[in-house]
Amino acid sequence: MKNSKYWFGFFVGPILIAFLMVVIIPALLGIYYSFTDWNGIVNDANWVGLRNYIDIFTKDKDFLNAFLFTAKFAFVSVITINIMGFGLALLVTKGMKMSNVLRSIFFMPNLIGGLILGFVWQFIFTKAFDTVGVNYGIAFLEGWLSTPATGFWGLVILMSWQLAGYMMVIYIAALENVPESLKEAAEIDGASPWQKLFHITIPLVTPAFTVGMFLTLSNSFKLFDQNLALTNGGPFKSTQMLALNIYSTAFTFNRLGLAQAKAVIFLITVAVITLTQLSYNKKREVEM
Amino acid sequence: MKRKFQIGWPVLGTLLGVLFLSPFYIVFTNSLKTQKGIFVNVMGLPTKEYFTFKNYVQAFIELDFIRSFLNSLLITVSSTLLIVIFASMAAWMLVRTKSRFSTFLFFFFAAAMLIPFQSVMLPLINLMGKLGLLNRVGIVFMYLGFGSSLSIMLYHGFIKSIPVELEEAAIIDGCNMFQVFWYIIFPLLKPITVTVCILNTMWIWNDFLLPQLVINRPGWHTIPLKMFYFFGQYSKRWDLALAGLVIAMIPIILFYFAAQKHIVKGVTQGSIK
Repeated sequence: MKNSKYWFGFFVGPILIAFLMVVIIPALLGIYYSFTDWNGIVNDANWVGLRNYIDIFTKDKDFLNAFLFTAKFAFVSVITINIMGFGLALLVTKGMKMSNVLRSIFFMPNLIGGLILGFVWQFIFTKAFDTVGVNYGIAFLEGWLSTPATGFWGLVILMSWQLAGYMMVIYIAALENVPESLKEAAEIDGASPWQKLFHITIPLVTPAFTVGMFLTLSNSFKLFDQNLALTNGGPFKSTQMLALNIYSTAFTFNRLGLAQAKAVIFLITVAVITLTQLSYNKKREVEM
Repeated sequence: MKRKFQIGWPVLGTLLGVLFLSPFYIVFTNSLKTQKGIFVNVMGLPTKEYFTFKNYVQAFIELDFIRSFLNSLLITVSSTLLIVIFASMAAWMLVRTKSRFSTFLFFFFAAAMLIPFQSVMLPLINLMGKLGLLNRVGIVFMYLGFGSSLSIMLYHGFIKSIPVELEEAAIIDGCNMFQVFWYIIFPLLKPITVTVCILNTMWIWNDFLLPQLVINRPGWHTIPLKMFYFFGQYSKRWDLALAGLVIAMIPIILFYFAAQKHIVKGVTQGSIK
């Protein structure tokens, strides 16, 4: 028995130490710091009770805006990314000769880092869009990323382009499990392609929608790199998301205690939303 | 009706393929133009008048590309290696030990997946600073901690399907636990090890924020970090910035072409768990 405990420590110990020191202890320290006036320069942090939290809800308009912007972005991008991903998956499972090439192309953006992609799209929106807009007199294409609305849609376009291929891969795996015989039976019964899609295919791939929505939702809420590289929150912080707001509170204003209180709210928000979404979708799966 | 659809899909597929590739096309073609060339004609191929390769030479030098590449490689490979070894060890022990503590630990690891990086980063950097770990050794240790949850979950799911009889036979033959793991279990984990490697490599290679907070010194910069400062420095010089972006994308695209099957499989497995 003693022996087995020793082996347990030997096998689990190393990664558990790293996990505790890197994730758990900082998370607990973070909760403590959120009740202090910690600024990172002077080492002793004074206990200030709930003041940071009160400040966030009463004085900090930027945080509230970031929160709303993030929620709005998450809502829209979860829909666009999953619809696009599912559409692409349907397209490349039609048995075309070019399917494999298309899969590779659609999936490719997903591998490149968010920071680099943010810069790539900054060029496309601010230079390529603009030049085309000016040359052909299309006012719609001019001045992208310089207004809150184009900043928002720019981010949605970037994320849809990047993640649609990722969702596609997940939906392909699900679509391949839909038995061909069911669709054939429906066809014999005279079902139209749309009826087959809505009454057979979609209900059978619902578990994949759970996964897809979970991934895109948590991804959208935690988005940082693309936000930083594409707009850096501009113009006038109108496209600043939660993670970027925390980052700039900490490193631009050195208010680490306040930033940490935001980080705790952020943690709770992400946890609640993803868990709610998971349990909601799981329930629907069972009903179907 | 049916005919029309069959011609329609490839046309739609081609259009979408072109649309998805167009950002790469725009960035690549413009990276070969002079600044004036970008200004004059952004959508076309570089004409003779405005063609230049100098952007690449300068971007390559300014990005200190060989060093940044090696830094990225060193950090990614050593972190992934440690994650693979320690996560598979831990997951095996957690599966094979039937106790409440073991179950608790597994859920502890799994639940931590919900913790976003930004909510631990400030205390983490403070703590690691005090321990003298704000360097390349420290960042590998931190990746081990952040990579633990997903990797343990993936290994855990896979190991459950391996029959325990194999191990019992080896123990009777006189192997100790480490030998059982290393010579019998670990080789059997190869398919999931590939997945764990792919997922961690992609994430660590592209990570920007942790390196920025931990190894923010000129000689230690990874590719994303170097790209960030390079871009800040040349924000009005799109000719240079675009060449830099292309250079920064090349390694991961080559990796994709080389290991595409594994990558797609790994990503699918990683997300379904």
